[in-house]
Amino acid sequence: MSGVATETAVTIRVDDQEVAVPEGATILDACNAAGVDTPTICYGPTLTPVNVCRVCVVELDGSRALVPSCSRPAEEGMVVHTDSERVRHSRKMVLEFLATGVDLAQAEEMGQWAEHYGADPDRYVPGGETMNEPVRVQDNLYIRDYDKCVLCYRCVEACGDDAQHTYAISVAGRGFGARISTEFDVTLPDSACVYCGNCVAVCPTNALQFKTEFDLRQAADWRPEDQTVTQTVCSYCGVGCNLELHVQDNQIVKCTSPDDHDVTQGNLCIKGRFGWNYV
Amino acid sequence: MADLHFGDDQPTNSERTAVDAVVPEIDAATVTETERLVRGGRSRRQGLRHLLLPVLHSLQHEIGWISPGGLNCAAERLGVPPAEAYGVATFYELLRTTDPGHKEDVVHVCVDPTCAIAGNGELRASLEASGARVHASPCLGQCERAPAVFVQGVSRPDRVPADDDEDFRLPQAGDTGLRVLRRTGVVDPTSLDSYRQHGGYQALAQAIDMGPDAVIAAVSESGLSGRGGAAFPTGIKWRAVADEPGPDKHVVANCDESEPGTFKDRIVCEHDPFAVIESMTIAGLATGSPHGWIYIRGEYPRATARLEGAIAQARSAGLLGDDVAGSGQRFDIELRRGAGAYICGEETALFNSIEGFRGEPRNKPPFPTTHGLFSQPTAINNPETLINVLDIVTDGPEAYRSVGTERSPGTRLFCLSGRVAVPGLYEVPFGTPLGNLIEMAGGPVGSLAAVLLGGAAGVFVGPDALDMPLSLEDTREAGATLGSGVVTVFDDTVDMQAVVVRIAEFFRDESCGQCVPCRVGTKRQHEVLVELQSSGKALSPRRSELIDDMALAMVDASICGLGHTAASAVRSALALGLIGNSS
Repeated sequence: MSGVATETAVTIRVDDQEVAVPEGATILDACNAAGVDTPTICYGPTLTPVNVCRVCVVELDGSRALVPSCSRPAEEGMVVHTDSERVRHSRKMVLEFLATGVDLAQAEEMGQWAEHYGADPDRYVPGGETMNEPVRVQDNLYIRDYDKCVLCYRCVEACGDDAQHTYAISVAGRGFGARISTEFDVTLPDSACVYCGNCVAVCPTNALQFKTEFDLRQAADWRPEDQTVTQTVCSYCGVGCNLELHVQDNQIVKCTSPDDHDVTQGNLCIKGRFGWNYV
Repeated sequence: MADLHFGDDQPTNSERTAVDAVVPEIDAATVTETERLVRGGRSRRQGLRHLLLPVLHSLQHEIGWISPGGLNCAAERLGVPPAEAYGVATFYELLRTTDPGHKEDVVHVCVDPTCAIAGNGELRASLEASGARVHASPCLGQCERAPAVFVQGVSRPDRVPADDDEDFRLPQAGDTGLRVLRRTGVVDPTSLDSYRQHGGYQALAQAIDMGPDAVIAAVSESGLSGRGGAAFPTGIKWRAVADEPGPDKHVVANCDESEPGTFKDRIVCEHDPFAVIESMTIAGLATGSPHGWIYIRGEYPRATARLEGAIAQARSAGLLGDDVAGSGQRFDIELRRGAGAYICGEETALFNSIEGFRGEPRNKPPFPTTHGLFSQPTAINNPETLINVLDIVTDGPEAYRSVGTERSPGTRLFCLSGRVAVPGLYEVPFGTPLGNLIEMAGGPVGSLAAVLLGGAAGVFVGPDALDMPLSLEDTREAGATLGSGVVTVFDDTVDMQAVVVRIAEFFRDESCGQCVPCRVGTKRQHEVLVELQSSGKALSPRRSELIDDMALAMVDASICGLGHTAASAVRSALALGLIGNSS
């Protein structure tokens, strides 16, 4: 994104680099333009930033507290530090905090960042409260394992204003007891869910996963290294959604769509996402 | 409108009545462009979402909980997805989403420090023995008459038993030096005539004569700063809103004080409600905002009734409405009740609560002066701040600055409670030493051990701090805070370990859960303190480091002030040696 026309660009300093980004770009965009790798959890390229996870915080000169880079617009002359002691500390603590209460075994990227920042979830009081939720298996399409949920709000956004406008789920409860939930925790078939699976597509921790993947993992037979991904175009209607078919042992095990695809931006409908049994 | 899906649960007749009482069925309307007859319409319904919390209150009050059928009915009427309505209902302490199995009133008993010292345990036991449905509650804002009880009625009005037999008298009654509290306990709070006889509505008349710019200039010159805790200069706030274009601007009175130990807004709203209305009106005219809102704690039934009465009287006297006191300008006030959530005192959480969303704070910037209520320019102030404006307008900024300190002009309300001889609300000039204030309240009871300044979000100070002048600059220099004016006094008989554990528990319970540092940090902080309490040992260096690490992350990376201050009292208690030593 660097090198854009200067009249619409703002220039900010990220660590020791001057970066020009278009007006309206965020500090995170500027970090990306500067080639500075930034951990994110609740941020998704196709979603409105909700800045709740706080792992992308940076130090901004003139600001008392750290600021979330994913949502803060870059302003001319900003000076941002992405690797100061305060930044490293807060990022480490966010990753450590999440690891104390959530099963992050299938959140690979978070695990790498936790190691990078030296997070040590074992230094807390033994027996501390965790998410402690049963796996919700309510149909044959996808499961919800809220033991793995970091409450990033991405599924809520995808189900609501950012993609599907179905509003089947929301955050319910408060504080440590907050959970992603349908009304009165009714099952998905009883809720407004239309099974587009766009929530599954944006989940960063695998708390939401295809039933096929869940079953294979239960059978200790989930082997990403043996899987191939085949790009194709959905054949159900004329919209032209790109599909990525994930195949293991000659069986489709899940279906995604690229975030940067013009038509889908990662989203699909129930037919494209789950309707491949006939293949 | 969006194609919303509702389950099969139907409301009972009484639930439907409860919904009807707040928001009647929308009549069909003709869309003029197409001459089509429509019933709903997304934009028509979206305009109603701010009625969600009032509807939920109504359902809760009708049958004692919010059932799936009741929620469906409310959500459908307002065009709100049921999952979102459920998310809102489960956010609040006073709303229940599981069937309690009875239709009796719920008796809330405060479990915060002041009430614990005053024997809430015995009270709770005796209430339970008498068969009452007791619910442990965070601070109920009645600390001067602890232990506090609030009865949440089912099909009966809410009530505070202590109101019935209260013969209200300010501890400083008769003190002619009072400014904010001058009328409190003197004027008849139910009578506009009485308020006028005590000088009421002179300031509004003068403000109309002066014009908006001169009023804002006077407020700026007075040095008035916010009394809710953040001490932001009021003049700057008003100027910013006044400078925003367009007619859709708001003035909000934040009467949602929930900081443990705070009861000043309750007393002011109960005993001088017209002053709140008049000063809001001045704010509305000065900033060019036609819309006024009062957001008040759900636990304050009497203050709510008196404010509603004052609004109605002011409206019929032409002091609110389309032409305020002949000024040609419009200003009117709508009152909204909170439903038990400390976080909703945070200004942006309060906006979300009014708008019918979960009371989760927004990231700032943008600030309320440009993106406030309904994302429109908003001046939000505490009632104490607002009432100060009356004297600034009538007497001028110079007279206003004649008391207090150079950098903290004027007076300040302080809520004294705990182990002090005469608990209550006191008004003193900024800069009054802490010890003098405590002496005004009859002095400490027993041997003074510590004072909690600013409530749960504040800091503990020791007996050596009694000389500290209570001004913004002096407390800041001492690493303390005035916060919302809380002064809770502890003597050496109080179990400070229990007090600090309760403060940590308060933050754990009141965190909205949105951001990770606060949601998990407040939880883990509480667990560390419980471990310390049960071990009876001194705090280990490893645990001490953990507490500091958690505190720094909460201060640096939380979204709002709740997370920023959640470790402040805990760490000051450790620094003072009130806890953390082996017992």
